[in-house]
Amino acid sequence: MNNKQKKASAYWKENIRYLTLLLFIWFIVSFGAGILFKEPLNQFRLGGFKLGFWFAQQGSIYVFVILIFVYVRLMNKLDKKYGYDE
Amino acid sequence: MSVQVWTWILVGITFSLYFGIAIWARAGSTKEFYVAGGGVSPLANGMATAADWMSAASFISMAGIISFAGYDGSVYLMGWTGGYVLLALLLAPYLRKFGKFTVPDFIGDRYYSNTARTVAIVCALIVSFTYVAGQMRGVGIVFSQFLQVDITLGVVIGMAVVLIFAFLGGMKGITYTQVAQYCVLIFAFMVPAFFISIQMTGNPIPQFGMGSKVEEGVYLLDKLDTLHTQLGFKEYTSGTKSTWDIFAITMALMAGTAGLPHVIVRFFTVPKVKDARKSAGYALLLIAILYTTAPAIAVFSRTNLIETVSNKEYNSIPEWFKNWENTGLIAWSDKNKDGKIQYVAGNALSSKKPIYTNKRGANGERLISNANNSANELYVDRDIMVLANPEIANLPNWVIALVAAGGLAAALSTAAGLLLVISTSISHDLIKKQLKPNISEKGELVAARIAIVVAIIIAGIFGIYPPGFVAAVVALAFGLAAASFFPAIVLGIFDKRMNKEGAIAGMVVGISLMLFYMIRYKTGLIGVMDPRPASEWWLGTSPEGFGTFAMFINIIVSIIVSRVTPAPPKNVQEIVESIRIPSGAGEASSH
Repeated sequence: MNNKQKKASAYWKENIRYLTLLLFIWFIVSFGAGILFKEPLNQFRLGGFKLGFWFAQQGSIYVFVILIFVYVRLMNKLDKKYGYDE
Repeated sequence: MSVQVWTWILVGITFSLYFGIAIWARAGSTKEFYVAGGGVSPLANGMATAADWMSAASFISMAGIISFAGYDGSVYLMGWTGGYVLLALLLAPYLRKFGKFTVPDFIGDRYYSNTARTVAIVCALIVSFTYVAGQMRGVGIVFSQFLQVDITLGVVIGMAVVLIFAFLGGMKGITYTQVAQYCVLIFAFMVPAFFISIQMTGNPIPQFGMGSKVEEGVYLLDKLDTLHTQLGFKEYTSGTKSTWDIFAITMALMAGTAGLPHVIVRFFTVPKVKDARKSAGYALLLIAILYTTAPAIAVFSRTNLIETVSNKEYNSIPEWFKNWENTGLIAWSDKNKDGKIQYVAGNALSSKKPIYTNKRGANGERLISNANNSANELYVDRDIMVLANPEIANLPNWVIALVAAGGLAAALSTAAGLLLVISTSISHDLIKKQLKPNISEKGELVAARIAIVVAIIIAGIFGIYPPGFVAAVVALAFGLAAASFFPAIVLGIFDKRMNKEGAIAGMVVGISLMLFYMIRYKTGLIGVMDPRPASEWWLGTSPEGFGTFAMFINIIVSIIVSRVTPAPPKNVQEIVESIRIPSGAGEASSH
């Protein structure tokens, strides 16, 4: 493996690590909090919302938006680190 | 000024704006026609993507569906937004780096096979046509509801408008028109929401109003839950579907969203990989504004509706009730002859839509011939929740007219995006890449324009004569996309060993399984069989959620088949390595 390939595969590994982390959060807020654990979470309240219901109809969507912008930041930094930015 | 006059004025202004943009943004090359020249800024692309994405269904029907489904409606909210996370993280940047015009382009090159390309074209056409038919119908409905124009004429006007800006401008014209359409539709959606939120809760932000207290000092959602329980409905915040089915439907909608060709193609229009990521973020942010407001509208209008009609004398009911009864979206049958409206759980009719006789009843209501024996006396069409919301809340006439302009913007922008995918599939993927590779750029452009005209005419015919299955199939377009494209594209990027045998086998098995399940349990085959009942669903999975099932089968088949057949050739493995690195994307190109 030459230098260029090594760099590329290191970049790809870090990228996969970020993806795994972000998609884990993606899964937890929607399928987790909004669906699978909705009933237990509904015991708690956020103002007038039952918490599980809030995650299903509001919270998960806010987190999705934040996730993409976090991803953009992380990747821009990663691109710079490896000299792939332009 | 009357609502009618306001509507004509607002529709006239917005339509002239779209025309102006179409003339300004004429396309001169195939590149401009297919990907807007590749020079669209991330924010503009985000706005265009949002308008492209939010269809007549999102604008007119979604809040109403949630209003009647309560918690179960969450599948649409999470499904249609969560898909953008998948799109941004797993697809958009890599497809942008790959740098071609279309999804079948990627599938065809990555899997070095014209068979794979053809399978992808067929999937793209099936998905896009089912989807676009619903949009043209939506245009017709808005015209007929608000402007008292015949539905057919409404569809024809809609066809003419889309034709002009899509034909002249291609992707370039469509993109900049969609930017304008986003502004119109979001304004039209938010204004009534602000007004109603203030009226009901004193909080102007609907997202907060939904969780606030109403006058009596109880939380709005608690009040609604109580009303529901009293009338025999399930609590608004709990829902009736099984957890597994909610899970499956949400997953299918997410993967389907990420796999819809008219959404993916938008990310080919920005200059760099970096911009593709950012623009997915903007798109979701702009979509989220509507998607977090819709559940609030659902709660407001549900509460409003119950309070206004439940156990009230028909004679004292507000004017809007009778207006919408006249247009056929509301029906009331005084089953116990007490002159009051009983609205409780259960269907009021023996079939889906009310069948009106020409007579009026004792209270002046329109009589229907298909009322059943249940205690519920009221039929309400779900679409009414957005369409009639401003009237129910007594908002000024210009706000009511605004909703019409917004609904048209939503339907037209989505239709245009889909029609472009259809025409590109034909002129670029089929003619240029397979049938006639040496066609000149000018010839390809002519072919693209002819294809778009033909596609519009077909879509219009579907809109005027909607076959019964269209409505059912639109919801399933997502399942089809999830079962076919999504795995093939993701595996093409993340699994270097994936080869053409695996991908083709996966796509064919996935889409066939989905079509089979859809026909067996949802649409039936006319004259051959009726759909089978829900009790026979596999593992209790509804047809809407089956896309998740078919998607996993697709992935498993792809991986197994690819491991027992030869690895993809060296140059293809190099393509995969290069799309994983963001730099040097260059411009989207045709060769």
